[in-house]
This record gives sequence, C-alpha cells and structure tokens, in this order.
Amino acid sequence: MFQIFTRQEIAPKTVHLKIEAPLVARKVQPGQFVIVRVDEKGERIPLSICGFDREAGTLELIVQAVGRTSHEIYDLQAGDSFLDVVGPLGVPTHAEKFGTCVLIGGGYGSGAILPMGRKLKELDNKVYGIVGARTKELLIFADRLQAALDRLFITTNDGSAGMQGLVTDALKAILDDEPVHYVVAVGPVPMMRAVSDMTKPLGIPTMVSLNTLMVDGTGMCGACRVTVGGETRFSCIHGPEFSGHDVDYDELVARQRMYAEKERAALEEYLKQKEQSLCQA
Amino acid sequence: MSGLSIKDRIKIPRHKAPEQPPEVRSRNFEEVCLGFGLEEAKEEALRCIECPKPSCVAGCPVGIDIPRFVKLVGEGAILEAAHVLKEKNILPAICGRVCPQEKQCEQSCVIGKRGEPVSIGKIERFVADFERLSGRVELPKPGASTGCSVAIVGSGPAGITGAFELARLGHRVTLFEAMHKPGGVLYYGIPRFRLPSDVIESELKALEYLGVEIFKDAVIGKALSIEDIFKMGYDSILLGTGAGLPKMLGIPGENLVGVYSANEWLTRLNLMRADLFPDYATPIEYGKNIVVIGAGDAAMDGARTSIRLQPEAVTLVYRRSRAEAPCRVEELHHAEEEGVKTRFLTNPVRFIGDSHYKLKAIEVMEMALGEPDSSGRRRPIPIEGSNWTIECDTAIIALGCDINPLVTRSTPGLELTKSGIVVVNTETGMSSIPGLFAAGDVITGGSTVISAMGQAKVAAKGIHDYLVAKKGLRLQYAAV
Repeated sequence: MFQIFTRQEIAPKTVHLKIEAPLVARKVQPGQFVIVRVDEKGERIPLSICGFDREAGTLELIVQAVGRTSHEIYDLQAGDSFLDVVGPLGVPTHAEKFGTCVLIGGGYGSGAILPMGRKLKELDNKVYGIVGARTKELLIFADRLQAALDRLFITTNDGSAGMQGLVTDALKAILDDEPVHYVVAVGPVPMMRAVSDMTKPLGIPTMVSLNTLMVDGTGMCGACRVTVGGETRFSCIHGPEFSGHDVDYDELVARQRMYAEKERAALEEYLKQKEQSLCQA
Repeated sequence: MSGLSIKDRIKIPRHKAPEQPPEVRSRNFEEVCLGFGLEEAKEEALRCIECPKPSCVAGCPVGIDIPRFVKLVGEGAILEAAHVLKEKNILPAICGRVCPQEKQCEQSCVIGKRGEPVSIGKIERFVADFERLSGRVELPKPGASTGCSVAIVGSGPAGITGAFELARLGHRVTLFEAMHKPGGVLYYGIPRFRLPSDVIESELKALEYLGVEIFKDAVIGKALSIEDIFKMGYDSILLGTGAGLPKMLGIPGENLVGVYSANEWLTRLNLMRADLFPDYATPIEYGKNIVVIGAGDAAMDGARTSIRLQPEAVTLVYRRSRAEAPCRVEELHHAEEEGVKTRFLTNPVRFIGDSHYKLKAIEVMEMALGEPDSSGRRRPIPIEGSNWTIECDTAIIALGCDINPLVTRSTPGLELTKSGIVVVNTETGMSSIPGLFAAGDVITGGSTVISAMGQAKVAAKGIHDYLVAKKGLRLQYAAV
C-alpha cells in the first residue's frame, strides 16, 4: 500500500498529493512517470511526477479530476492509500547544457516541468518557464516555478493573471527577444502541438511529453503506441518525451479519446454511486 | 487391474474429456474443457501398456515419471499419483491444461504409433484437480536453510518454477514482479476459459508455504537494477522476464483506433477484467467485425476471447497455410467450432481508417507457398494484384513478442543475441554475468509454459551448483 501523506487542493478539482513510494523515489529522474491503481477493481493509469524526496521516500503528483479514475484519486484523503504505485517508468528528460531553455506547462504539466527545470538549472542553463490557464484560479505551481526558474511567464485566456493570451503568445515574445536553444512542453495536446508548430520553422529542438493511455507501462501491451517520424513508438518505454516536430498529433488525439464514451458512462456511474453513499451517510 | 493384457489395454478406446458445447461456451468465459471424472481417468490410464522402454518421459520438458503416475491412476491411487506428478512438476493443474501434449509426451507415446496415444495431459489435469479439490493437498516444505538468497525477476512460469526448486533446496527466495499480481502470462495472457484464475491461485499458494517472498509492483531495470539486487546481498539472480514486447506489423495504419496488440487485448480482458466494465474500471472497445492477425496460441486466445464478446464476426487472418499454423491443433479446432472464420494465405498490407482515425478495413494480399525458409516452413510469397479488403472495426495483432528491453538493456555486460535474447550456457542457465541466470522466453524469444519451466529447472540446478561452489555448501542438488 502506498499512503497519501498530504493532500492539497491547488486549483478547482485539482489536487497535489505527496505519497509514500520509497522504491520509486530512490531512482526517479525528471520526466519519468508512475502507473497507479486505486483499488482492486481499478484501472492502471500513468501520472507525471512533479516532485520527489529520495530520503523521505516520497513522490508528488498532480491529479485533475476528469474521468472516473481521476475522480477516485481526487476523492482520496490524506491517510488513504493507493493499492499500487509502479515506477519510475519512461526515459528521463534528456538534460545537458543547452543555453537558454523554455519549459512550458499546461494543467498537470505545470507540475511536471518543475523537476525538469531544476535539473536544467543544475546544468547551468538559463531556464524560463511559461504556464498558462484559462483563468487565474486554475494556475498550478506558479509560485514554485517562479522560485525555481530564472523567469516565469504567466498567461491566462481572460487576462486575470499575467499576460492575456495563450502560452504560445508568451513563447513568441521570448523568441522575438532572444535566442532559445531548447523547448519542452507538457500538457494538453493542442498546446504541445501549437508550441511545436511555432518552434519547427525556427529549428529549435522541442520535446513534448505524451500522456497516452497505458495498461502495464513496461512495454508489454502497446496501448501507448504513437507514430513519431513515421515509426511506431511505445510511449511507456521509448518516451514519454518525443520530438514535438515529429509526432502524429491527430492520431495521438484519436487514440487518447478511444474510450471517451465508456469513460463518460463510467464517470456518471461513479458520481451516482458517490451521491447515493453520501445520501445514506 | 494388472490382469489386463496388452491386447485388452489397446482395445480400450481413447477417452475424450467432455467440453461445454461450442454454442454454449462461445457465449461465456467458463472453462471449455470439463475434464475427466474418476472412472474415465482410471479407464484411460489402463490404456497405458506399461512399455519396458517408455519414451513419453523423454517427451516431457520437466521429465515427469509418466508411467508411474499413470499406473497409480489406473489403480485408483490418485493422491499418490499427485505426489509423483509434483516430484517434477509443481504446476500440474496448469500444465494439464495448457501444455501442448500432442507435441510432447503424447507424441512419443508408444501406443500412439499405431492407434491413439494415452491422454496423458487430461489424466494429469484430473489428478491435479482431484488433489486440489480433495482438500488434502500435500504442502511443499522449504529445505533446511542454506543461508543463501536468490532473487528471481519475473513471476511467470519460469520464475515460479525457479522459486519452488530453489526454496525446496533451502535457499531464501524473493520474487520480483512488475505487475500488481504474480503469475505473469498465466494471468494476463491465457484466458480464463482455458486456465481459470482459481487454478492459478491455488497452485501459486504453495509459494507461500515455501516462504517465498513476493515483491509486486517492482519493475527491475527501472526501480532496481540487476547490480542493485546483487548489492542488496542476493547471492544469485534468476531472470525470467519473458518476451513481453509485442511485435507489430510495421505497415501503414497500425496505430489506428481499434487496432490492438494481442497482449493489450488479452491483458485488458484477463488481468484487468474489462469484461466486467464498468464494475471494473478498465474498458475495452470493439465493433461488429473483429480480425485477428496471426495463428499462434495468442492469436487463438485473441480470437476465442473475441467470439465470447459476441460481435457479428471474428476472422483469423494468417499469411501461411493451416499446416504451418504454430498454435496447438486443439486450439484452432476449438476456435473454429466456436465460430471463428479463417482466412489462410492472406497477409495484411495496410490498415484503412476513417476521417476520425478509426479502423474501418484491412487491405490484404493473397499468398502462395514457395520453398521452405529458415524455419523449415514453406515461405509465403505475395501474389501480385490479389489485393482485397476486409471490412472490420477491430483488429488484434498476434505475431508474438520481442524481448522486453527494460532489464536486458539496462544490465551492462549481459551478452545478448542480435534480437536481444539473453545468451546462456544451456547446461547451467548462467548468462555472461557470473551469478546471473536466465530461463523462459527471455532465452528463447517465445515458447510454451512447460519449456520455460524446464529451462527454469536447469537454471535452478545451475544456481544451486554455483552457490555450492561459491559458498562451499555441502549440499548436493537433489532433483525435486
């Protein structure tokens, strides 16, 4: 069992968890992920790691309640446990001295870029961050990123915090201003795609971290297949980071939505059951 | 019983174990074969002519004393027969169900040369089930402690067998398993209607009695390296990680929505219980027409689980002919009985999707057979201009597996073949790294449960001998 030590609601329907996972914490590197399972009937889902403490044996995760399993996780409290936490999985972020790096996060991705940023800073890079959200209260991890990186750019669609617009507007502003040598984007596919479209003509190496569906997470099933540069790759063992200029995004989105209808039904069922048990209580 | 002459014995017709009728079983996930009853098993056992030079034992990868256990069944001494089985095979209820006996013990059976061989597999299954259900299972005991410890990576057939053998010799054994449940392919790969979960669970229980520690959710090669395990103080390691990296076709459209690997399809249904969605949270998606590509055992499992989901049609597509199909004859037969259609000498060339990246058809080509290739089977040659399309919304690719690179590629100094298979000394099972042994699909690239078990026995003996030499133990390997 993998206990939840702390649980903090950092945005509406979004929790930041610190969990017990000593084996993973000892080896994890920025860019890697875990597979978790809530209970005996649960599904196995991948989650990005947004922090770790090797000595305490803990990991930090950000989970936004979207489908059934993420709602189940959202409903867990401090003291509750995951039945399974498996990792660290995937290839760590490639880090070297690039020069100027821009890390871009959307949603849970704002958490995932934090360990990457720290690593790139250690290697003497100048590291800028960009985080975007629809509105101010949906911003995640802005203070931590601000403290860890050389500079953080915030964008909101409604202008309630930072500059009004999208993360690509902030990226454009940086690109107009100075040379950038490396870009990493983590978050919703349209965001990663827009970032890649912007950097491709400029020839700036750009990595995107794919959040594909997975089952085992160790290469055994191939649920996470993605076409990169015309070749089939497994996100779990060849990724999760790939060159953003080579990913077939349309196919990626279609595969991510493969179970959309079933997931909606499962979520409704879960919410109904939850309501019933609340009524009885 | 001993009064029966050879002539009398040969006269007894081979018994067929009852099965659920095809039209019933193709709509449920219950076990297909119902197994022998006591009388049938006894009578079938009497068909054994007790030949002076039995060749069946040599046909068994783990060397079960077949004549002795069969004789005991003929005499009605079923529990004693179970003890004989377990001397060599710690998973008899599993092997009695999934071994390709027709290519092993039964193929070598002397009376099979003229008539039909003794149904050794079904007798084995009966004996194991009888013991299991009798409540009088003889529990294995660990050997007197040798003070040595062995780590086993992977808890499939090879890992389980290695664990049993080594624990019975008195070594402390820890099993590391990447998934949330031990059993490996027995759980995720083989469907319940061929191998029910309670059978697996009950045979794995013996591991507990032997004091084997099971460490699940532990991905070796990621959470711990082979070097880390040695540093933790383990004296030796047995690698039994299987193949576990599904081969894809490398043709256009293979990542369309609706295209599964057999591993994913079977894992969702077997291990994750997608058949019980939404009670279980893992979904599976399929349409009216399911096409399975390949003709090995995983292809049959894919096709037969598909038919149980009751789509309109399940079609098996294979580039060679029926004669070259690598699956068990019985499985192909079962599949066809259940309504799976077959298209031999047919090879997919591309998957065709709609504007939403959803599979809608597969373009295939007809094939002809040419000269034998390196596998000894006649090579399939495409017939130009023979292309046509099969409409389907779901495809399952079952072409076997490559070696999963997580452990092998993260272990410096481990000698691998070009295709990533671990190179071992075939007599000891030891790899190029002293103290690191390997068995199962990771040294063959893909084979059966029982051959993995046979290799694990070789490796267990190799490990024991290695520890005896290294630690100066005064313990001879007693084959158990």
